Amino acid sequence: MKLSFSTEDEQFRNEVAAWLADNLCGEFEQIRHRGGPGDEHMFVHERIAWERQLHAGGWTCVGWPKEFGGRGVSIEQQVVFHEEYARAGGPGRIGHIGETLAGPTIIAFGSEEQKQRFLPGILRGEQLWCQGYSEPAAGSDLANIRTRARFCEESGQWKISGQKVWTSLAHESQFCFVLARTEAESVGHKGLGFFLMEMDQPGIKVVPIEQLTGTSEFNEVFFDEAVCGAQDIVGKPGDGWKVAMGLLGFERGVSTLGQQMLFKNEFEEIVRLAKKNGAAQSGAIRQRISDAYVGLQIMRANSMRMLSGGGNGELQKEAMIYKLYWATWHRNLGKLAMDVLGAESEVLDGAPYELNRLQSMYLFTRSDTIYGGTNQIQRNIIAERALGMPREPRG
Amino acid sequence: MEFKFTEEQEMIRDTADAFLARASTSAAVRSAMATELGYDPQLWSSITQEMFWQAINIPEQYGGMGLGYVELVAMLEQMGRYLLCAPFYSTVCLASNALLVAGTEQQKEKYLPEIVAGSTATLAYTGAKGRWDASAIDVICKPQGDGFILNGSYRFVPDGHSADLLIVAARAADTQGEEGISLFVLPATSEGITRQWLPTMDQTRKQAQLEFHNVSVDGANVMRSRGSAWPLLQKIIDLATVAISADQLGGSQQTLDSTVAYLQERVQFGRVVASYQAVKHKAADMMVKVEASRSAVYYAACIADEALQGGVLGSQLAEVASTAKAYCSDAYFHNAGTAIQLHGGVGFTAEYDIQLYFKRAKSTETFLGDGTFHRERLACILLDVEAVA
Repeated sequence: MKLSFSTEDEQFRNEVAAWLADNLCGEFEQIRHRGGPGDEHMFVHERIAWERQLHAGGWTCVGWPKEFGGRGVSIEQQVVFHEEYARAGGPGRIGHIGETLAGPTIIAFGSEEQKQRFLPGILRGEQLWCQGYSEPAAGSDLANIRTRARFCEESGQWKISGQKVWTSLAHESQFCFVLARTEAESVGHKGLGFFLMEMDQPGIKVVPIEQLTGTSEFNEVFFDEAVCGAQDIVGKPGDGWKVAMGLLGFERGVSTLGQQMLFKNEFEEIVRLAKKNGAAQSGAIRQRISDAYVGLQIMRANSMRMLSGGGNGELQKEAMIYKLYWATWHRNLGKLAMDVLGAESEVLDGAPYELNRLQSMYLFTRSDTIYGGTNQIQRNIIAERALGMPREPRG
Repeated sequence: MEFKFTEEQEMIRDTADAFLARASTSAAVRSAMATELGYDPQLWSSITQEMFWQAINIPEQYGGMGLGYVELVAMLEQMGRYLLCAPFYSTVCLASNALLVAGTEQQKEKYLPEIVAGSTATLAYTGAKGRWDASAIDVICKPQGDGFILNGSYRFVPDGHSADLLIVAARAADTQGEEGISLFVLPATSEGITRQWLPTMDQTRKQAQLEFHNVSVDGANVMRSRGSAWPLLQKIIDLATVAISADQLGGSQQTLDSTVAYLQERVQFGRVVASYQAVKHKAADMMVKVEASRSAVYYAACIADEALQGGVLGSQLAEVASTAKAYCSDAYFHNAGTAIQLHGGVGFTAEYDIQLYFKRAKSTETFLGDGTFHRERLACILLDVEAVA
């Protein structure tokens, strides 16, 4: 076993850190540590400008192959990049859906024409993407999608109708990738298509969802005969599920250490507070702070296992527990933050509903154990795939 | 970064697994645990003469195999899984480590080859208060010539009634806490020592009470840092803490595996019990705890290696030992308790082995400090304030 990164990777780390130190300042100082989960609606224009700055330095899409304009760095160096980015307080990447989801899908399954048309805009940080998967009747049961795609022979275009929900950044994005049913009578995984759609058109309406935080990062997106060119379907009609699932494998845990750096920043803020306001004198709070620390350290070791394994085709149990583990940990951290603050935890930064960073984290972490596969779905997956217990009946 | 077992480490783990599957069966465990000695001398002889496991972490210059902590932990995990009854933990994880960390060159040359040859040994520091920090030590050592006279008692000593060699901590009169601590190595048959087995709820790990009445120890048996040995003892305890966490990891894993196997067979209301979601979710939570324990233990083992070899990350030893022990203690107890619940009525019988794991979970949780103890220790590091009285 070896815990350290190679000399080359450490040099790369220094290069990333130095660039960030030189660039994440001046006009960008105000967006340090901003725009992450729970704060995604903030500083949109500044964060778009930051995407361009990143591109100018060659730091967008670092994991993409060089032939598509990426930096083509190894998994280890992608990990290092994310870790340093988070350490420096790099703002939430407003281009992340294009960079980590849409782009890799187009690279893996898209046509030449799609690659040429869509990849450069993502790379330059100029074109933002959103994801059209979940629907009112397709949450945990994602395959229950009802949005329809009908090919119109007269116009030679696809016409999409239906509704998507929980779409982050839909109001800021130029494009959306949409899962829709190409075969009217099909059910489940069959008969779906994967569409690359322009958002700015009369058939698409975006309605923000006001969350319990009082803010709106998520939206409902209504499609009423919205158009999508015949050339803008990825793969064949009916291949949509395969394309969508292929996408889930792309990230491969490279951002996990970066995510933990964000968590560590939050944890350290709570420790500072506890020392300052005397909560650190309470035996019960001390236990919970240490418990959070234990959880964070284990999460990091677990990610290192994830990143070191997988080559031999073995089922990676450490990867299967990851979502359930971090989401539950982070939700508990939110509550700990409020309990450390005590009575002061109620008082807002201002009216009508201006939350401070920890309040926002506390409320937002209630969604951590829901989005991206609820804790209950995660437990089903673990029991069935890792432990070989019988599958749940499916309608 | 290669945070996974090498092929050689996998082989060591698989060999331990295969050997223990044959040698540490339920029947073997039950027969050994019913005795005062607590282990089968023939099995111990196989372990030391054929498998040579007791030599694993002893450097080659003293006749050992010179392997690292990751290899040791791989083996301990299997011992926990099979509830091994043997003086392996006390001899290797307590005594050999103590000699390696605090022994003088002469002591290492004399005693490590004895352990390699099959002698047993243990470490005693905790008195009747049953604590695990420096305040636990209440045996008094008074200088006499170039040596000392020791008086007082030790309690909860693993295999203390049967070990051939003892390593003990004592403090100078009128000292408190971390001050005035010395370490000694002496034969268990030394004059003035009386040893008594303490029957325990977990019968797979034997404990003893040792009374020291005017025990005379000469200078050659005083270990390094005479009078200020607490930092060395703390390091020994941290290494032992990582090791017991590995035993807990193996036990946690086995409670999960045997529970899932049972649930797949047991039919109620016309379905296997494993098909009920209420049951599946409990099993999934058990697996989360097993895998998180594994990440904690393997990481701690890497740091323990660094600490033994003087690497830069070695300074994290206290922190990772407490992290592993806090997590693995609670995880093992949770898993063993849940396993009894999921087994239903048979989980409460003496016949099914799950009860043995439940008891070992509690005894390993208490030993060297439970989750609460280790979290408070971490709190002192993190919050930089004195512990709440």
